[in-house]
Amino acid sequence: MTASRAAPAASHPSALSRDQLLELYYWMRLTRSLEERLVNLYRQTKVVGGLFRSLGQEADAVGSAFALERRDVLSPLIRNLGSMLVKGATPLEILRQYMARGDSPTRGRELNIHFGDTERGFIGQISHLGDMVPVMAGVTLSFKLRGEDRVGLVYVGDGATSTGAFHEGINFAAVQRCPLVVVVENNGYAYSTPVSRQTAARHFVDKAPGYGIRGLQADGNDVLAVYQATKEAVDTARAGEGVTLVELITYRRKGHAEHDNQSYVPEGEIDRWAAENDPLDRYVRVLRTQLGFDAEAIAGIEARVGAEIDAATDEAERSPMPEPRDCLVGVYHDPPLAPVLWYREGVRSAVDSHERPQGWGTYDAR
Amino acid sequence: MTPAEAATGEITYLEAIREALFEEMERDPNVFCLGEDIGRYGGAFKVTNGLIDRFGENRVIDTPISEAAIVGAAAGAAHMGLRPVCEMQFIDFISCAYDMLTNYVATARYRAFLPCPMVVRGPSGGYVRGGPFHSQNPEAAFLHTPGLKIVYPATASDAKGLLKSAIRDEDCVLFFEHKYLYRRVKEAMPAGDHIVPIGKARIAREGRDLSIITYAATVWKALEAAEQLEREDGLSVEVLDLRSLLPMDDEAIVATVRRTNRVLVVHEDTETGGIAGEITARINDLAFEWLDAPVKRVAAHDVPLPYAPALEDFVLPQTSDIVRAARWLAAY
Ligand SMILES: Cc1ncc(C[n+]2csc(CCOP(=O)(O)OP(=O)(O)O)c2C)c(N)n1
Ligand SMILES: [Mg+2]
Repeated sequence: MTASRAAPAASHPSALSRDQLLELYYWMRLTRSLEERLVNLYRQTKVVGGLFRSLGQEADAVGSAFALERRDVLSPLIRNLGSMLVKGATPLEILRQYMARGDSPTRGRELNIHFGDTERGFIGQISHLGDMVPVMAGVTLSFKLRGEDRVGLVYVGDGATSTGAFHEGINFAAVQRCPLVVVVENNGYAYSTPVSRQTAARHFVDKAPGYGIRGLQADGNDVLAVYQATKEAVDTARAGEGVTLVELITYRRKGHAEHDNQSYVPEGEIDRWAAENDPLDRYVRVLRTQLGFDAEAIAGIEARVGAEIDAATDEAERSPMPEPRDCLVGVYHDPPLAPVLWYREGVRSAVDSHERPQGWGTYDAR
Repeated sequence: MTPAEAATGEITYLEAIREALFEEMERDPNVFCLGEDIGRYGGAFKVTNGLIDRFGENRVIDTPISEAAIVGAAAGAAHMGLRPVCEMQFIDFISCAYDMLTNYVATARYRAFLPCPMVVRGPSGGYVRGGPFHSQNPEAAFLHTPGLKIVYPATASDAKGLLKSAIRDEDCVLFFEHKYLYRRVKEAMPAGDHIVPIGKARIAREGRDLSIITYAATVWKALEAAEQLEREDGLSVEVLDLRSLLPMDDEAIVATVRRTNRVLVVHEDTETGGIAGEITARINDLAFEWLDAPVKRVAAHDVPLPYAPALEDFVLPQTSDIVRAARWLAAY
């Protein structure tokens, strides 16, 4: 099997209905606007911990997840808010999660978009990069063993391909011919490290032949191209023909997280991508000029997104903080409750007020 | 040193680590650093800021996201006479190099007579709302591995002096840095080539009634508790900062037990399998007859560290816990 590097031409994917074509814009717009809301909340210090953006990468997340069926399962990474929304995660859940509320999907245990729901078909990531590749090999192995008509998709960044777990997982899935799609989101950087320091390969898609799997590469900022390439890989997996590595070329316009000032990015690079290659701008142009949608249709989506995010924010702000003792619940199935340590018997809360250190992660150079 | 630092003479825990790296790289051309984003960017926490300007890309190497390769390559380079200092972007990712460290590095000298003088350092610890994968204290996982050394300083001058010792050590030293302390504690550095020997504890506060044995961020909580106990209960509390966990300073542990006869062991890591168990066993072996009360532990609850402030604060030991536990011990 060989890597085909040519991106499928994708301005008119005949398989998508007009509603679906608009829906793609809805998910991208929702992703971007929700993150913008999170920035506001972050500045108001209501977000606990770091804030990770996918600005400029909305097409790669949304278009790829859109190629899956409801019964399929994906595993998102930190730039895949859009993929999770497509899979049914709600803005309310995202907001509660970032604000560490007691009724957030992880009840305040995990950060940002680190959560999942097997019912809706997404499995939460952990921080350790690459780890989700073997896990998704196992998820898709179960589909194969049970003869289920289901497919899995796992995202990794350009940086995460350097981990041992990535290599072991993709190779395992390849050998087992698991119905898995591995999406490499090449956004140019891993934190401050450019792709040229991550791999000596010319393209990530070139790694596919080494694993004996198919490889596809697509313009990650063209949502229809992303959809088409991923759909092809999903169809391959569904047909029992094993793993495909899909490299999506995109660009991380914000820092690794909100605190990162991107001092390492060459002058003008970000502005160029923003001006010339914004995935939302590009898709609006396609919708208007090639697909015949009018301005009203676009404005309608934007209004709907705005209203949904406002409503979700109001509700999330009313959400309670976690009850301290909930931290003891659920390490094991049996026993369900970890014992409270002797020195804390009868104590409801460990401290009177909870210090909120500014920036748990990293710091701008001073 | 920046002009501001020169004026007060005080530098932070983080700057002290950087100073140690600078001085050791200056002193010995075999010392080099490798890790993720440590070059031009200066590292996620800026610990290595400026090193690349002084020492260049060959001695400050930005690596792919490959912890096993970072540690494994450091071992190979160390065999050949270099002195690598590896940075884990967060110490939580040292787990990706666990195999390399425990199987390859730790056994190299014993099984193959291969020297492995290297350091693995990185930001550790909680109280920062980092959640389960940016808050870990994995020291106990390595305490059980003969062949590794472990240090975990609490003060800026110890951070500097211990890192310099670690780089000069003939074996692999795991150097845990507490990120809560990075910019919170400051100190003037002793003049000259400041070295703190590995394996020696430090009395952080002298006392007669009760001893708290601890290390890293909880040293500061213990000191806070000691002050409160003195003020409110008239108790004289000694605080022993272990600084080195492997080898452990048995002499200092026994000495404090003999002075106060009551011991509380405090650490931020989870209780079960934590280092407090090892310390307690040593006291039992070496100084049982000097005890007037059972050795008690204050450590984290046995759960993964959650992210929400109310949850994290409940899981981790707090100053008020140390006060409560110390009162119980004093009354025993
Ligand atoms: C095993 C491991 N090592 C280090 C890190 C710290 N880290 C978090 S994100 C990141 C960069 C990730 O880059 P990439 O995979 O390209 O994803 P992107 O952020 O660009 O989407 C690093 C080094 C980690 N999470 N896991
Ligand atoms: Mg990247």
